[in-house]
Amino acid sequence: MEPTETSDTPPRTGVPTYVVEAVVAFLILAMGLVVVHGSWKLGSGWTTDGPGAGYFPFYIGLILCVSGGATMGRALFGKKKDTAIFVDHQQLRRVLSMLLPALLYLLAVQFVGLYIASAVYIALFMIVLGKYSPIKSVTVGVLALALFFLMFEVWFKVPLFKGTLDPLGFLGY
Amino acid sequence: MNELTALFHGFSVVLTPMNLLLMFVGIILGVIIGVLPGLGGANGVAILLPLTFSMSPTSAIIMLSCIYWGALFGGAITSILFNIPGEPWSVATTFDGYPMAQDGRAGAALTTAFTSSFVGALLAVVMITFLAPLVAKFALKFGPPEYFSVYLLTFCSFVGMGKGSPFKILASMAIGFALAAVGIDTVTGQLRLTFGIDELMRGFDFLIAVIGLFGIGEILLSMEEKLAFSGKSAKINPRVVLETWKQLPRYWVTSLRSVLVGIWMGVTPGGATPASFMSYGLAKKMSRNGEKFGTGEMEGVIAPETAAHAAGTSALLPMLALGIPGSPTAAVLLGGLLIWGLQPGPLLFVEQKDFVWGLIASMYLGNLAGLVVVLTTVPLFAAILRIPFSIIAPVIVVICAIGAYTVHNAMLDIWFMMMFGLVGYVFKKLDYPLAPLVLALVLGDKAEDSFRQAMLLSQGQLSILWSNPLVGTISTLAIVLLLWPLISNLLAKIRSPKPKPFAEEQPVD
Repeated sequence: MEPTETSDTPPRTGVPTYVVEAVVAFLILAMGLVVVHGSWKLGSGWTTDGPGAGYFPFYIGLILCVSGGATMGRALFGKKKDTAIFVDHQQLRRVLSMLLPALLYLLAVQFVGLYIASAVYIALFMIVLGKYSPIKSVTVGVLALALFFLMFEVWFKVPLFKGTLDPLGFLGY
Repeated sequence: MNELTALFHGFSVVLTPMNLLLMFVGIILGVIIGVLPGLGGANGVAILLPLTFSMSPTSAIIMLSCIYWGALFGGAITSILFNIPGEPWSVATTFDGYPMAQDGRAGAALTTAFTSSFVGALLAVVMITFLAPLVAKFALKFGPPEYFSVYLLTFCSFVGMGKGSPFKILASMAIGFALAAVGIDTVTGQLRLTFGIDELMRGFDFLIAVIGLFGIGEILLSMEEKLAFSGKSAKINPRVVLETWKQLPRYWVTSLRSVLVGIWMGVTPGGATPASFMSYGLAKKMSRNGEKFGTGEMEGVIAPETAAHAAGTSALLPMLALGIPGSPTAAVLLGGLLIWGLQPGPLLFVEQKDFVWGLIASMYLGNLAGLVVVLTTVPLFAAILRIPFSIIAPVIVVICAIGAYTVHNAMLDIWFMMMFGLVGYVFKKLDYPLAPLVLALVLGDKAEDSFRQAMLLSQGQLSILWSNPLVGTISTLAIVLLLWPLISNLLAKIRSPKPKPFAEEQPVD
């Protein structure tokens, strides 16, 4: 599953859908092979006390291989090749403008925790992409932070991730 | 009459001030979720699930199921006022709902939609009340082979009844099963498919998958399509409501047909979305005003809404009685049951009477409360959609991240959620169905357990799946559904049959 990221966003205009289709199908095929190999090593056969740990996943892996292979074959050699463009340049830009900040946000969460990172993320997103005034944006960010903090830490008593640096440690939660 | 006594006991469980409060909170949260893009029934319930860990199971399920009703109601608001389906099952509602709103009949359209939803759900709940205990009693006799054949039927019917490439449906399902297999094997205790990574020992939680696939994936898609909301304003006053209600009984045939379609599609894992389309199509064919459909015909709103709600509700029947959910949202609720230490399945009706009948009673009350809430507060919810997307989008990402974190208090899960989001985006664009993936991820371990137990009983002979009439019928039905794309293909071009030898055999194992 992991490498799917590479499949959807090659930075060129107009990749035809069938290429993406084939790449994704190939990844499914590869995942199938990994599962088959992994379960084979675990013991996909019959042990003394019944089916081994890899018995069931082995067949699942086979199904993955077959369906991935068939989809790939259809995409590449099928009669109706889907040559429509998967994402055009504009769409890709918009998707990336959502995706990249979100990834940066997750990275920030890792260090400063969910609360601070969320407030900064919301405020920056509004300023940069929504073209709002900084005052308005920061207000919304801080309000969201306060609301989430009250809701989770205080009312429902569900502690959230504070980050490795724990900048909110002084609050005592 | 046993059911009625039990039901009244259920009402007595539900009718505490706290539970009623939770019910309204749930409905309102649900409608908000249904209105917002990117949040839907399944991931909305998944995100809010951790909040209920400290509640009693009965209160928790009341709140969660009310969120579900709310989301079902909420989808109609955006369809009718904005021509944007908030949920996939309300796509068909836009066909006639939006033209009605353009016509200045938004209030009538909304009233029609909400009332039909209510009727659909109500009849489905009545069905559950009387049928679920029977199914559960019947299922008490099930052994591992029977259970496995029911799982097989569930998954094969995705292939048989789904649209699009059967290979994609199979792939999506197998990915779910493969991810479910990661972690500690429940039988032998061996580590499986973790490739030496310690964090993978816990396996992949389906809640994370649901939040990512449906939440983040949806946001990425809406970003790509660049949604611009331009809605009709809605005014609902009691006069409009009463006038609409006066007209509704005329369409009772459509309602009844839609309820039946919905119940059938909900109990078999067809789900609310195909149910709404099917019902709309049938209504168009059978109605006297069929050719006027699409221009703002009331019947065109009644049909999909009734069916969607009936399907969404009856999806809970197999979940309660067999432990096999009929939809992704029902799957999330089932996951909740497991977390609260309840074993879904036929024994639930014997051991957890309070819980089951409390839930069923709350379905009656929750839908009634939902109808009242949405009829009185539509303008409020429509206002949410006027908040610009550049504020909504980051907030939803934050909510998804929080939801993913709280499931296991693990930071890694948030990264997994993002990964699932990307997968969801690509899969949706390529027409891979997501529901089989989620259901396989939820049911993976249980399906595997029943399969291994069945194999132990028979010493590895697949013939145990045909060892008695009951299990044989279910298994045969499953195989027919699995091969249905092939069969219908063959029937279509009977002159030049092209067999695909490999597809026939594999998935049976």
